[in-house]
Parts: sequence; C-alpha cells; structure tokens
Amino acid sequence: MRKRSKGPAAPISRGSGAGKYGLRTIALAYLALILVLPVGMVFYRTFENGLRPVLQALTDPMALHALYLTVVIAAIAVPLNTVFGVFCALLLVRRAFPGKRFLSVLVDVPFAVSPVVVGLSLVLVYGRTGWLGGWLAENGMRVIFAWPSMVLATIFVSLPFVVREVVPVLQEFGVEQDQAAHTLGATTWQTFWRITLPAIRGGVTYGVVLTTARALGEFGAVSIVSGKIAGQTSTLTVHVEERFQQFDLVGAYTSSLVLAVIALVIVLGMTLLRPKEAGS
Amino acid sequence: MVPARPAPPKVLRRTRVRRSTLLGIGLVTLYLSVIVLIPLAAVAWHAAELGPAAIWRVVSSPDTRAALQLSLFSSLAVAAINAVVGTIIAWVLVRDTFPGKTMVNALIDLPFALPTIVAGLTLLALYGPKGAFGVNLAYTRAAVMLALLFVTLPFVVRSVQPVLMELEQDVEEAASALGAHGLTVFRRVVLPSLLPAIVSGAGLSFARAMGEFGSVVLISGNIPFKTQIAPVRIFALIESGDSAGAAALAVVLLLISFAVLLGLAFVQRWGRGGDEEA
Repeated sequence: MRKRSKGPAAPISRGSGAGKYGLRTIALAYLALILVLPVGMVFYRTFENGLRPVLQALTDPMALHALYLTVVIAAIAVPLNTVFGVFCALLLVRRAFPGKRFLSVLVDVPFAVSPVVVGLSLVLVYGRTGWLGGWLAENGMRVIFAWPSMVLATIFVSLPFVVREVVPVLQEFGVEQDQAAHTLGATTWQTFWRITLPAIRGGVTYGVVLTTARALGEFGAVSIVSGKIAGQTSTLTVHVEERFQQFDLVGAYTSSLVLAVIALVIVLGMTLLRPKEAGS
Repeated sequence: MVPARPAPPKVLRRTRVRRSTLLGIGLVTLYLSVIVLIPLAAVAWHAAELGPAAIWRVVSSPDTRAALQLSLFSSLAVAAINAVVGTIIAWVLVRDTFPGKTMVNALIDLPFALPTIVAGLTLLALYGPKGAFGVNLAYTRAAVMLALLFVTLPFVVRSVQPVLMELEQDVEEAASALGAHGLTVFRRVVLPSLLPAIVSGAGLSFARAMGEFGSVVLISGNIPFKTQIAPVRIFALIESGDSAGAAALAVVLLLISFAVLLGLAFVQRWGRGGDEEA
C-alpha cells in the first residue's frame, strides 16, 4: 500500500483510495474463486446436456428413496436436538451448579470430532464386534448398516447448534419477566410457553435451521455406519457419492443440485432471520 | 463465638443446588452420554486396549504418519490463510459499501449449509478435469487445500465481523488525524482488538480442517503418501477391517481437536476480558 501524504485535513483517509478498492477486489475475487464459481458450475454442469437426463435422474427410484430417507432422518434428529438444546441452554444460563463450564465445553465436543470418528465410534458400540453388538444380534436388532445408526450419527453431528444459538439470546433476555409471571401465579410450564419461549424464538429458529442444514448434509459419519446399501440405507449425500463412483455424473450433479438449492434457501432464510446483524 | 462475617457469596452459591437442577443435569448428561460420550469412550477404549506402544506403531507407520503430517500442515496453512483473507473479507463487509453487499454477506454462510460431498463435487466441477480455467488440480495437494479452504471459509469472517462492527471508529480517526497512515492504524489500533476473534476463528478453522472428510474425498483421489489426509486414512482402515488401528489414529485426532477446543475456550475468555461463562 502506498503512503498517503495528505495533510491532517483528511481524517477519513482509510475510507478512500487504492487501499479500499484493493481490499474489496481481494475479498470478492477470493469469494468468487472459492465459493461462487464452483457452486455456479454445478448448476451449469447439471443442465449441460439438457433437461431430459436431469428429470430422469430426479425420478430415479434410488434417488427418491435417498431423498425420503434423508428427510425421515432429519425429521427424527432435528426435534430431538431442539428439545435437548433448549432444555440444556436453560440449564446452562439459569441454574447454578458445579461443573457448569465443563458441561458447556462438553456440549461443543461434536463440533471438534471428525465425522469419520463419529462413524467409527458408533461401529465400535453397535457393530458386530462392538460393545452392544452381541446383545443386539441375539435380540435380532440391527443398528449398524440400518437406519437407527444413521439417525444416531446425525443427532451426534448436529447436537450443539440449538444450544449455541439459544444460550446468548437467553442471557440477554434475563429472568425479570419470568419472575414477574411467577409472582403473578403462573406455573413453571406456563411461564416457559408464554414468556420464555416467545422471547427466545429467534435463537431457537436459527438453531433449528442450522441443525436441519447439518442433518440433511451429513455425509462422512452416515456413509460409514450405513453400509451404503443403494435403495435401502443411502441418503441423498451418500447417493451423490455412489452416482459419482458409478460415473453417472448427471445423477451425481442432479442430486447435488437438489442439496445445493436447499442450502441456498437455508442461507437466504438465515439472512432474513438475522436482520440486525446484516452489517449494511 | 461471635458471628463472623457472612461467607463470600461464591461459597454460598456452591452449596445450594436445587433439586430440579440436579434432575436437569441428569437428563442432559444422559442424552450426551448415549449420543456422544459412550461412543467416544468406545474409541478410547479400543485404542487403550492396544496400549501406548501399539498406538505409536500405528501412528508412526509410514502411510499413517504421512496422512497425519499432511493433515497437520494443510490445516495450519488453511488456518493461516483464513486468518488473513477472513479478516479482509470481514473488513470489506463491515467498512466498505458496494452494490450486492447483503447478498455477498449471506453467501458467506453457504459452506456451512452446503453438504460437504456437494462442496467437493462443486470444486471438482471447476478445478478438476474439464474444468473451466483449463487447470486440473484433481488428485493434488492443492485440491486438498482448496476443499479445506471452502469448508472453513465462514469461521474467521463470522467471528471477526461482530467485533469489527462494535469497534469505535473515533480511535482510528484520532490516530490518522495524528498522522498515522492506514497500515499503522490497522496494526497498532485495530488489530489488537480483533486478535482474539481472529485467533478463535482460525482455531475453529484448524479443528474443522483436521477432521474434514466429505469435501476432500472426491477431489483428492485419496492417494497414500500424496493426498491422503488423516480422516480419509481412518476411513481406509475401517474399510480394511482394522478397527483397532482406526481407533488409534482417531484418538490422536480427538486429542488434537480437544486441545484446540480447550485453547479456544481460553481465547474466548481473554477476548471478553476474562469473566462470565457458558
């Protein structure tokens, strides 16, 4: 950057000149090369050979089953993590107990664990030679290579989002209104539904959106525990990889496109949910 | 005895844990145990059964060591690049104005929302064979870096942005009125207040990059000694039925990410001036 030798009459120097445009160019060029162009390329590649093969890939029974399974798994994992997240956030913010900071770090652990390790850990508990493997086999229950392990993996990886989003909102909200409701004779349950929940609604929604995005998009953990049985234990992300390995690029790109569109909708929804931080 | 001064409030608080709180802790711990802790304990158990000597043998076997080294170096590089570029992007999003800024701001979150396998495929579509720029990075270390940079893009931006927004601009204006030029103002006035946020974002990028799997798997080709990163190596060990070896390498990865997570908890307290929790 070149030195600016203007007099003291130019205090707003950082807002103008080559530096500003230089930084803007660097930022936008980086985003274009890493993010925008690659994602745009998938849209282009999907429709490269026209609409027919795309429609064919969309209505492929395997793809439809994968989509169905993805939605079912998310429909189980997201509500469970939402209830847990709100409950845990209330505990962390409003109650005093020893080991609170430890619990707070513990909740973040799934963020620090590789999806592959998540998959491995479930195999080591529920797999054939795992801790519960023998007992499960005796009772004719199948967890690994079946949907229960895929649900468990999805809950694992998407667990911290609701807690993390609700905790700061709850801290900001305080307890005064709850105490007022209590004084006026409301039960704990009434206070929660009528006062607390409406106040933290924004944080909960945001957390749910993030949880859903993660649940729909999980690949590593699910691909290890699922056994990748096409038409049975294949989610949409696993289906993308399977199609790619089978050299069915249109199939891979089409399923990717479905997931990318969902992701874009989620990102735009997040922007709408977070108006005050938009920074513009 | 004469009644002494009232006990300090900290001790008082510690003695009173409400019964409903205990029930709540129990439920939360149960859920965390079933979902997270017991499975992770199984990994630690399988590795511990091997013993430290055998873990060391697994980790120091040539191909596993190569994978671990590649993961460490590329994750460090990714964290460093993110620290610089992420701060620039955050700066541009907060201080600059240009048409379409809201849109750009929204797109920053896309790597969090986009499934990793799709991220890998998108990068392969642009930088792989038949790519648009005529460069083919598929199955190279550059491709590994690219995938890791894609998935870790939001961390530094999103941790620096709010701090930058709250930063008072009069200090900077005072500094430049006193004759300091742009770079000096940034280095002496802005950077110190941003540093905790930058370090925390870079740390999260590092942890994420160490564990990343989905986005790398398609574009890297998973060639041992060349493009195979540690999580992919674990995957290969599982596939070949060596779950003890997989557990050994997994424990190493877990220890690294827990160390980063704990370090970040301290960085966050440093950034907030060292009070409050949760």
